[in-house]
Amino acid sequence: MSRNAFLNGNEAVAYGVKLSRPNVVAAYPITPQTKAVEKISSFVQNGELDCEYMHVESEHSAMACSIGASSVGARTFTATSSQGLLYMAECLPYASGARLPIVMMNANRSLATPWNIYGDQMDTMFLLNSGWVQIFVEDAQEALDVTIQSFKLAEDVRVMAPVMVNLDGFVLTHTYEKVSIPSQEAVDQYLPPFKPSAHMMNDEEPMSMCITAGNQHNMEFKIKQHQELFNALHVFEEIDHSFNEKFGRSYGGVLEGYQNEDADYLLVTTGSVTGTARVVVDELRSKGVKAGIIKLRVVRPFPKEAMVRSVAGAKAIGIIDKNISFGYEGTIYTNVNSALLQRGLNLITLNFIGGIGGRDITKQNIEEMFEKLSTVSTSEAVDAVSYYNVRCSL
Amino acid sequence: MSQPVKINARTITKDEYFYGHKACGGCGESLALRLALKVIGEDAYLSLPAGCMAAVSFIYPNMAFKQNAIITPFASTAAVATGVAAGLKALNKNKLSVGFAGDGGTADIGIQALSGAIDRGEKFIYICTDNEAYMNTGIQKSGLTPFGASTTTTPAGKVIRGNVKPKKNMFEIVAAHGIAYAATASVGYLEDFMMKVQKAKEANGPAYIHVFSPCPTGWGHESDKTIEIAKEVVDNGLWYLAEFENGKFKLNKTPKLDSDVRLYLNAQSRFKHLTDDDIREIEALREEKWERLIKEWS
Repeated sequence: MSRNAFLNGNEAVAYGVKLSRPNVVAAYPITPQTKAVEKISSFVQNGELDCEYMHVESEHSAMACSIGASSVGARTFTATSSQGLLYMAECLPYASGARLPIVMMNANRSLATPWNIYGDQMDTMFLLNSGWVQIFVEDAQEALDVTIQSFKLAEDVRVMAPVMVNLDGFVLTHTYEKVSIPSQEAVDQYLPPFKPSAHMMNDEEPMSMCITAGNQHNMEFKIKQHQELFNALHVFEEIDHSFNEKFGRSYGGVLEGYQNEDADYLLVTTGSVTGTARVVVDELRSKGVKAGIIKLRVVRPFPKEAMVRSVAGAKAIGIIDKNISFGYEGTIYTNVNSALLQRGLNLITLNFIGGIGGRDITKQNIEEMFEKLSTVSTSEAVDAVSYYNVRCSL
Repeated sequence: MSQPVKINARTITKDEYFYGHKACGGCGESLALRLALKVIGEDAYLSLPAGCMAAVSFIYPNMAFKQNAIITPFASTAAVATGVAAGLKALNKNKLSVGFAGDGGTADIGIQALSGAIDRGEKFIYICTDNEAYMNTGIQKSGLTPFGASTTTTPAGKVIRGNVKPKKNMFEIVAAHGIAYAATASVGYLEDFMMKVQKAKEANGPAYIHVFSPCPTGWGHESDKTIEIAKEVVDNGLWYLAEFENGKFKLNKTPKLDSDVRLYLNAQSRFKHLTDDDIREIEALREEKWERLIKEWS
């Protein structure tokens, strides 16, 4: 039987990890991820979770230990944030190139300098090219559910890629909500123990891993990895269905459309800001404004076809980015524009940058975004990139 | 710890576990690796960072290790090796995890991960094959390059003649962790080395062996002089054979401290620029080191 509990996002992930029965957890503390690893270590210390908990001396070693453990077929979890994510950056393409199904929670947090512990998505966007599946969640329930789903996704033989579960720092990691915790029995049925892949080190047929491939072979390895990462899109859709059948919760797969089908004006969101946007959309709908949301759940691999299908009828689309690719624009904006252009959708798109360094994106900000979308006639008429809740003149 | 079986040329297995690799002729490091694996056996899981030994042995599609083996990120030999050990333990597999790294991978970029791994206290073996510079990238100075040596980043210049710092003291740094077993060795004394690998295998916790491994390419000596050089460096006291066991240091061999270090230095082009003053400095460093070792460890 499932039970309800009052959990923050960090704890929800910890419960998701516990229910997934990892063999090894290797983690180093960093704000705002700490409560997740504290909770997992208390599960281990109290005998509620039977796994090897490695008290590593750095994030670089957290990922390197995870690589070692995963390479012998152990189900492996780690968690980090911000500077820690960047410190382990070298090991991320290493893990994905070796096709290791490691699952990692990342508490989205600002990057130094200036130092800041609060949430934005600059950290994870930095690692978009690392070969990891990147999923963003909206609330604590989704954090718990997606943690379980991520092991299933990563370990699927069609995917065999590491998965990063992103939670907005503090807004999700430290906010308490009512969360339904599935029973261990149900999760055991849904997520059986990992059967190690044939490419991993084993006793029967010793393997060499993380090998060298020179210019004669290297490109083929990389392209095959790239092509197979796309499988994560339809496998994640399957997982959303099967999870819904088992636990009665669906999140829409690679993206969720909210009031999008007849919408004139759409906002593309990731993570926690979606909740605020839902409230604004409901209010606008009651006033007759055809507003809607595309909640982008999987940013890598990028769900190009699903995105194009979901926005096709809109007049204008705003993309909220809690990141800046310095010297250009918001990263998700670039990605969405590319998808639309490739499918010949000549829509007006605007980029709304906000939430940097933990700055709020308020209801009023989102109302302003929809207002801007409904008054703009062509993208050329305005500066496509604008910033919200800024306290200096721009 | 039980008394290990005596390992020598007659008793060691004829099986090869490191075969068909592309290391240079006379490579001390590959010799240490080959013989260590004969002692460790075919069940072990190996972790090696990007460095010479990885570069010569994992070249797709030709794999030189018979055992399970993984190339690690450069800084991560000990982290990956202990991750492998944790994974094996969690899956109820009673197998040994062994890391091999060079001097740079151990004393410089890998020292943090090594310290963390030893501190965690889980059993694994770490073998540092020390050839005293970054050889894979072309003979650059590492923290274990000896005083006076010319490398490509400490060349024998007009103002600064080679490397100005003595070797970092890895053996005692490792011992300071209270490690279960640590030893120094040299490919010049192979039976001693293999006996120490056997002890490391039987140790109840992390074990570390630091083996002196000449590099003909980087040091500028004939490839058939590797063993001779690796013996001479122990005999003249510029390197030492020691163990740290049950919390105590022990010297395994007493050198001739009045011997002429020129016999060793002159066989290698990396030292050919040294002046008489430089050589006196090397002898002074030797004297200072041994005064302490004999006082504290004998």
